[in-house]
Amino acid sequence: MPTFETQTYWDAVDQKQLLLKTCKACGRAHYTPRSHCPHCFSTNTHWTPSSGRGVVYSYSIANRAEPPYVVAYVQLAEGPMMLSNIIGCPSADVRIGQAVQVSFQADAEGRTRPYFQPAEKDTA
Amino acid sequence: MSINGKACIAGIYEHPTRLASDKSLVQLHAEVARGALDDAGLSKNDVDAFYCDGGVPGFGALTLANYLGLKLRHTDTTESGGSAPILHVGHAAQAIAAGKCRVALITSCGRPRAAGVGPAMPLDPETPDDEFDVPYGCHLAQGYGMVARRHMHDHGTTSEQLAWIKVAASHHAQHNPHAMLRKVVTVQDVLDSPMVADPLHRLDCCVISDGGGAIVVVHPDIARQLKRPVIMVRGAAEAVKTLNGGFFDLASSAGAVSGATAFAEAGVKPSDIQYASLYDSFTITVLMQLEDLGFCERGAGGRFVADGGLISGVGRLPFNTDGGGLCSNHPGNRGGVTKVLEAVRQARGEAHPAVQVPNCGLVLAHGTGGSLGQLHESATLILERV
Repeated sequence: MPTFETQTYWDAVDQKQLLLKTCKACGRAHYTPRSHCPHCFSTNTHWTPSSGRGVVYSYSIANRAEPPYVVAYVQLAEGPMMLSNIIGCPSADVRIGQAVQVSFQADAEGRTRPYFQPAEKDTA
Repeated sequence: MSINGKACIAGIYEHPTRLASDKSLVQLHAEVARGALDDAGLSKNDVDAFYCDGGVPGFGALTLANYLGLKLRHTDTTESGGSAPILHVGHAAQAIAAGKCRVALITSCGRPRAAGVGPAMPLDPETPDDEFDVPYGCHLAQGYGMVARRHMHDHGTTSEQLAWIKVAASHHAQHNPHAMLRKVVTVQDVLDSPMVADPLHRLDCCVISDGGGAIVVVHPDIARQLKRPVIMVRGAAEAVKTLNGGFFDLASSAGAVSGATAFAEAGVKPSDIQYASLYDSFTITVLMQLEDLGFCERGAGGRFVADGGLISGVGRLPFNTDGGGLCSNHPGNRGGVTKVLEAVRQARGEAHPAVQVPNCGLVLAHGTGGSLGQLHESATLILERV
């Protein structure tokens, strides 16, 4: 359910690109995206492409779901933490510090979303 | 201006129900309000201030004021989830100290079991982050599971150590006839219970219950005229932790700030505290708050709680002697009010004899509302019998 403030993010996701907001006043990225920089409160914020790479900061498993799934905070290479799911490997293989990369998949309702999967070795 | 010595808790009441199928939500508020006023020896017409959290129906304190028939000159509907009633005591003390009111009534109630709803929040298009977070299915339990996982990674904390927190709560709950879970459990029982948010098991989680409670905070001049023990507010503080634009960690809660501030206001240190009510939505909540409040060093929480460290009469810090949210009551998915109630019972010497701390003069109640380590507000309250 995008808002006027977040439509650009979801349009990019549909094109399999992950965008972050970066502030030209203080130089820092932030997530989730907003018009006012949460670090310095400047309105000089701009959409910038993320590398889509990061590491698992922590994770948990929704064990009672069918099938169970992994919820994680991924720390992106650009700095911000992002809540997502780890896909593409058994939940028992997920580790804190594991290198992951973004993977765009359709959810149950057909909406494309960014998920994360174990990074290929040359990109880790 | 300090609120140390400026207000007292004169009345408390905990609703005995844990499943309110035959009562409305506002009726629960009325019943706990009446109970706490009776306990204090005050009447409805003595109340000139009313405080409630976001769990009330309608238009906050106004809706309840109308239903209860209150005549008010001060209200506060600050919503901070489970910590709200604890910080409301601090707000009431501030208002009393500033002369804005004399008798403040605080209620917190809920009936999620009877209504058949869990703590999950629906996706709200106007709530920022919901569109980014909710689709990933991170329920409260998974949020706390991530905190536990990170604590284990950073400090070597184990599931066995977390289980000791539940074991201690169950040792206390066996003496509480209203507790939902009165059976004493072992570490192995916790580890054998189904995993719900790996690494958290079902028995690492609090109960879901209906009910609630009320607190009456008054000017010390009034407290001294009443027939109940005088329980003075010595320190009260709150602090917020946000996701900070994505630059945060799961290593601590805002309790590190609210705790230090409250201890400074009270002029005491953690080792002076004889009993602590610690928010226990999950076992990891208790462990992290012990570290945040300075009862032990960062990372030492696991060793602090192990081997009965929190069991009254056995351990180094008696906690949640009513059985807490883990075993007794977490009304409306907000356990803040019961934290204050048991702290007052201990300070009065009115806890169950099997768990009463001898000569318990200085107590603490602490809550975390929201999601531990993530977006939340912590509240710390220090009380003394005088």
